[in-house]
Amino acid sequence: MTPMVDLAFLLVTFFMLTTKFRPEEPVVVDMPSSVSSKILPENTLTITVDSAGRAFFNIDGQSVRRNLLTRIGEKYKIQFTEDELKKFSVMSTIGMPADKLKAYLDAPDSERKKMDKATGGIPIDTLNNQLADWIVYGWTAAISDEAYAKKKESGNELRFAIKGDGGVDYTYIKRIIEIFQQNKVNRFNLITNLQATPTTE
Amino acid sequence: MAEVNTDQGGSAKGGKHGKVRAKKASTHIDMTPMVDLAFLLLTFFMLTTTFSKPKTIEINMPVKDGEPTKVNNAVTILLSDKDRVFWYYGEFKPGETQLIKSDFSDNGIRKVLLDKNAVAHAEVMKLEEQLAKRQIADSTFKRLSVEAKSQKSALMVLIKTDDKAKYRNVIDILDELSIASVGKYAIVDIMKDEYDLMQNAN
Repeated sequence: MTPMVDLAFLLVTFFMLTTKFRPEEPVVVDMPSSVSSKILPENTLTITVDSAGRAFFNIDGQSVRRNLLTRIGEKYKIQFTEDELKKFSVMSTIGMPADKLKAYLDAPDSERKKMDKATGGIPIDTLNNQLADWIVYGWTAAISDEAYAKKKESGNELRFAIKGDGGVDYTYIKRIIEIFQQNKVNRFNLITNLQATPTTE
Repeated sequence: MAEVNTDQGGSAKGGKHGKVRAKKASTHIDMTPMVDLAFLLLTFFMLTTTFSKPKTIEINMPVKDGEPTKVNNAVTILLSDKDRVFWYYGEFKPGETQLIKSDFSDNGIRKVLLDKNAVAHAEVMKLEEQLAKRQIADSTFKRLSVEAKSQKSALMVLIKTDDKAKYRNVIDILDELSIASVGKYAIVDIMKDEYDLMQNAN
């Protein structure tokens, strides 16, 4: 039995070390499939657009997120407590307008799920373009982070990704790209699922 | 089952009939619970691990200033709802240009792109073959294929969408472009004339 147990533990260790737990996403997005086999790089600023065209924001790095929320708080005159900052830093995708952020962070998990369903996403209208703030502050927070220089050296600089639902009207995606471009971002990663490569002949 | 077998000598069986044997302390411990746990964990991690990482298409959008440069060898692809796709070749001439209806099948838009981009596509295919045979290095392949795709005779594709087009179709087109080795493409705003033409073209 010993060899079998050895093997079992070896596998357990392997899976434990390779598994990366992802926090639960507030929206389910059915990504379109493509033949591209390029793997999405780590360290991304991701805008998720669900099938209803709602925009959600996500960025990697706990200290980055903390810094970002502080800046958002300054801009929209919201005072976030230490507890709220901590909660936000370990969360993932967020899709709340600024005025509901505080209530969202204070709510218990079950309540938060309901709020995710009810939210209209981060506002992207020209008059109330909160997403642009998230992008700009997220970007500055990321590149002013201590660990960033090291990441950049190893080719892991911040990338901008759009994770759109396949069924969403392209106009929504276009609007997101427009907001990115207004902030001098011209290079994106469109996140897709892999599909088998068809032959060309 | 879960306790360590310490074997205190006089076992339950030995009480009545058996003779008292010489004590022999066992060095074996019961590993079953540990193994159970190990397999439980193994199953858990195996089921929760996702090996398929999300993939990505990288695109560079043209910086929004000035007029687009004139191109001679260009196909404009127009997208609408219900997976409808139209295309025309060359410059748009009002009243003259006709939209050609196509689809996402193998003989649809892909064939158009492959035909129009035959020269560059053949070159890239040749390079890919050489790469597969290890005649050229990875970096060389990348450089040469970029060169082949951006050569003057290579096809330029403009992607335009109306307000009802789905994101999926845009990704599909980007896919077709990569299949047909089209390196020069841009997603641009639709013109009024083209829009009208497309609405009438159903």
